[in-house]
Amino acid sequence: MKEIVVISGKGGTGKTSLTAAFAGLAGKCVLADCDVDAADLHLLLQPQVRERYEFSGGGRAEIKAEKCSKCGLCRQICRFDAVRYSADKKSFPTVDPLACEGCGFCAIVCPADAIEIRPAANGEWYVSDTRLGSMVHACLRPGEGNSGKLVALVRSRARKIAAEDGSAYILIDGSPGLGCPVIASVAGSDMAVIVTEPTISGEHDLLRISALTKHFRVPTVVCINRSDINPAIADRIAAVSEAQGLEVVGRIRYDKIVTEAQMAAKTVNEYTDGLVAEEIMTAWRRIITLNKGRE
Amino acid sequence: MKIAVASGKGGTGKTTVAVNLSLFLVDAGLKVTYADCDVEEPDGHLFLKPKSGLKRRVAVLVPQVNPEACNLCGKCGAFCRYSAIVVLKEKVVTFPELCHNCGVCAYVCSAQAITEVNRYIGSVERGSAGKLNFISGCLDIGQAISPPLIKDVLKETPDSGVTIVDAPPGTSCPAMTAVSDCDYLLLVTEPTPFGRHDLELMLQAVCSLSIPKGVVLNRVSSPDTATEKLCSRYGVSILSRIPEDRLIAEAYSKGLTVWEAVPGYRTLFADLWSRIEPIAGGYMA
Repeated sequence: MKEIVVISGKGGTGKTSLTAAFAGLAGKCVLADCDVDAADLHLLLQPQVRERYEFSGGGRAEIKAEKCSKCGLCRQICRFDAVRYSADKKSFPTVDPLACEGCGFCAIVCPADAIEIRPAANGEWYVSDTRLGSMVHACLRPGEGNSGKLVALVRSRARKIAAEDGSAYILIDGSPGLGCPVIASVAGSDMAVIVTEPTISGEHDLLRISALTKHFRVPTVVCINRSDINPAIADRIAAVSEAQGLEVVGRIRYDKIVTEAQMAAKTVNEYTDGLVAEEIMTAWRRIITLNKGRE
Repeated sequence: MKIAVASGKGGTGKTTVAVNLSLFLVDAGLKVTYADCDVEEPDGHLFLKPKSGLKRRVAVLVPQVNPEACNLCGKCGAFCRYSAIVVLKEKVVTFPELCHNCGVCAYVCSAQAITEVNRYIGSVERGSAGKLNFISGCLDIGQAISPPLIKDVLKETPDSGVTIVDAPPGTSCPAMTAVSDCDYLLLVTEPTPFGRHDLELMLQAVCSLSIPKGVVLNRVSSPDTATEKLCSRYGVSILSRIPEDRLIAEAYSKGLTVWEAVPGYRTLFADLWSRIEPIAGGYMA
């Protein structure tokens, strides 16, 4: 079983469209949507949820007004500026749920024992059936943190399912950027496919994200999406990639049909067998070959 | 005043809007700061090409245990909620990459064996592009936690004039850190199912913040009633529609701003500002 993670650094380069298209070509596979704070894969695959779980990645402070003596110590020690007092201290302090990291420092120092750390409801995660195979996905509550922990949960369940049902591939749809959820998606996977686009920002972000996969020693390949938007920069990205030892497994043209497929809730290759679909298939074939070669 | 430019989905045009709105405001004679808070993938400098000035490293505090003073009481490990410090039989091990820099371990230590030391996570750079003030944060590769760096970028923004905050994508802690202190929130989206879905997540994420907000719809080629319905359901207006135009895409691909490369669209940003300005306050000098 091979775990292949699709990432990009820069957002909006086509990760989700490609992940879904690859999954349709992969035969038996498990999908894992690890873009947990803006998950979109379900819009294409319309999963039938078969299991649903609550996710709590951490705690959150709660101040009990009836015990509070308004001493202000909690506010003083909080490193996250999460305790809010009105200027005149007339009303009781409150905790800003977005700022609180649930570290518990305030509860430890509170002389009135008025603060309790309660598990925060950070989101939900699901195991579902789709027409392309099982899918593990999640929904971080908007504005919540702990996305890395949720990604780890999603990935570990996807691995378990793949081991049980003998899937050859796990396809992970990653999130943009290179912080906590991306690190949790990439570390320990078998291959990272970086989807980039021929723009100055695409190139810049490719170099940063490939440095990250190198840091975690994950074999990495590059896919240049919408490559004909600026062929000169596409060539330059190809040259830069090869110089870094990253193979360019595919160049995929810009085609409005990709957006049409999204509107029809289909993968690109379900929706069309045109040139763009062929180029996606070529990229996927190369990814398979590279993974077989490393067994 | 601070105006944050954000979006749930990546690649919808945050940087395009933030950069070009900044250039319009400079042209209108305002004192403007562009602050790149997308510290994981900061791209604003590619378009604004600032002359760089001061660059400083940013650190967070993590525990360092003095083994000679440590009595292995186990309190630090018991109180740490992030498993970032673990007490073994004969020594204490720290995992700085898991640390949230809360300071609990040093406080509860019964032997004063823990000191908090700097761990560098990235840098903040200041510069200028013509009359535009430029500030940008850049997270070091391999660092997981960006909010402390984003806070540092925001700390450097001036109180006077207008600051345009280019926020990271998504709806979780980095994005919320960048937007929660601003006076106005511009949400950029595109007329696709993914764009709409992530816009709705973002609208849910920010509904608890009492910040006035508006939507910029990017890459518009035909009327999009679905996004209009979504916005009216959440009581936000679509302030601007940027057309789908190959000229804009080509300029972007080369690192050119719409402002300089496609001057015909300059009025878009003037119109956008005329919609924001009366709501965000009378800041026109």
